[in-house]
Amino acid sequence: MSSATLAVTQAGPHVTFQDAGRFGKMRFGVPTSGPMDRASYAAVQAALGNPDDAGAIEVSPGGLTLACEAGAVSIAVAGGGFQVMLDGARHGAWTVLTLRAGSRLTIRPGFWGCWTYLAFAGRLRVAPWLDSISTHGPTGLGGGLLAEGQVITVDDTRLLAPRAIPLPVWARPPAEVPVVLGPQDRFFAPETIATFLGAAYALSDAYDRMGVRLTGPALPPNAALDMPSEPIARGSVQVSGDAVPTVLLADHQSTGGYPKIATVLSTSLDSFVQLRSRQRLRFQAVSPAQAVGLVRSRTLARHRYLEMLRQGALP
Amino acid sequence: MSPAYPVFRPVADHALLVEFGDRIDRDVHDQVLRLDAGLSPESVPGFLEAVPAYVNILVRFDPMQTDHASVEAALRRLLGGPARVPKPGRLREVRVCYEAELAPDLARVAEATGLDTEAVIAAHLAGDYRVYMYGFAPGYAYLAGVPEAIRQPRKTSPVRGTPAGSVTIAGPQCLVTTMIMPNGWWNIGRSPTRILDGGDSARPFLFDVGDSVRFTRITRDQFEAESRA
Repeated sequence: MSSATLAVTQAGPHVTFQDAGRFGKMRFGVPTSGPMDRASYAAVQAALGNPDDAGAIEVSPGGLTLACEAGAVSIAVAGGGFQVMLDGARHGAWTVLTLRAGSRLTIRPGFWGCWTYLAFAGRLRVAPWLDSISTHGPTGLGGGLLAEGQVITVDDTRLLAPRAIPLPVWARPPAEVPVVLGPQDRFFAPETIATFLGAAYALSDAYDRMGVRLTGPALPPNAALDMPSEPIARGSVQVSGDAVPTVLLADHQSTGGYPKIATVLSTSLDSFVQLRSRQRLRFQAVSPAQAVGLVRSRTLARHRYLEMLRQGALP
Repeated sequence: MSPAYPVFRPVADHALLVEFGDRIDRDVHDQVLRLDAGLSPESVPGFLEAVPAYVNILVRFDPMQTDHASVEAALRRLLGGPARVPKPGRLREVRVCYEAELAPDLARVAEATGLDTEAVIAAHLAGDYRVYMYGFAPGYAYLAGVPEAIRQPRKTSPVRGTPAGSVTIAGPQCLVTTMIMPNGWWNIGRSPTRILDGGDSARPFLFDVGDSVRFTRITRDQFEAESRA
């Protein structure tokens, strides 16, 4: 079987190895991690005909440059409006290309989006931790952060025809983000809930894989913060003692003692993370039953889209 | 007014938070453990995973297969059914060296409590500990059961770079760290016992929630030997 070796000649902060995630370990303090934008990650794997949980590189706005030292391998890049340069030719993200020995691939942020996914038609040779190569950002456990000088090997490489990956509307960042109120909305006065749902919030610069602090009107809890630490779900909008909301993301702590005013729907979180610092949004409350309905229809649409991409990856 | 427990709180499209009380208490945690023991994809169709904590448990489900109302009904059936006895927690041993060099806060806890360091150690060893939950970082197990005599509020600011294996206390809680991280609790000893073993995927975590823990005192030589093992 053939392999390709790629040298990392530049890697920005928060560029990590990820697979679909590390499931079922939250009871031991280990969050799922995995891609910040699970929909775009699924698109690169489907476009290459890879398994759903294959390894990939999550690229932050810090960017990534790889030099192909040996072998040849097709790649897919999707997520956000990133720029992709291959041997001097400009492409956008949402593309399938091929790297050959001597190729130089550069991924840079473009006009929109925070995270893009680079996957290989083949198998990334990365050591797992607890059965997954997904990187837990705060500790670096898992595949880890990419660093200049590192050499990446892809085994069982395949070559595919270059093509564009259609950009679905739901991959773009939203202006309105649906949430289900709670589980600790009872710690907030009705006026505070009305502020949370009525006002515009923006993402701050305090944004990493654990979460993003927002800027906007304060949300003071109306009760003393003496709740025992309790489990946290991905997408929780947690309000700390300073009345500032933070949306908790892929590497969130598994438990915590601050109240959660609301929780972002799972499929909506994938487009939410493509918002950039200073971009604005509004939260929109939906009932739990509406949330399930929205997520089901979005998931079915994603399945149809991924199936179409898989058909295109057939030899 | 306190609500009638259990309370079921919907979380986004994919979970319910089931609450049995609002303060840290063994009986409340027993109810968490009983529900935890009964959860499976058979008893709760669409069940994915559960995260037990002090007073509540997060039950995650697949929204493609089920919804909040169906999961709540299944959980109420489980709770109303024959009392499930959670498999009894195992007794786990954690070995600790309390020598001053490995116990940077032992003297300060002694000073604050008016005890001498040997009495602080004896009190810590005498505690009746249970694993209530994991949190903060991979493998960080929150034990409660620190005796009154040596309970201290947490520090006003965390200490950066607290080493792995630190045995730390705050209030009734005790935590043995698994990696180098900031920590605002009182560091009274160091353990060579591995609570998170990344190398052994079959049993990567020493404790299950609900286990009992006994601390055993070891010498510096034993600590060095067991740390190398």
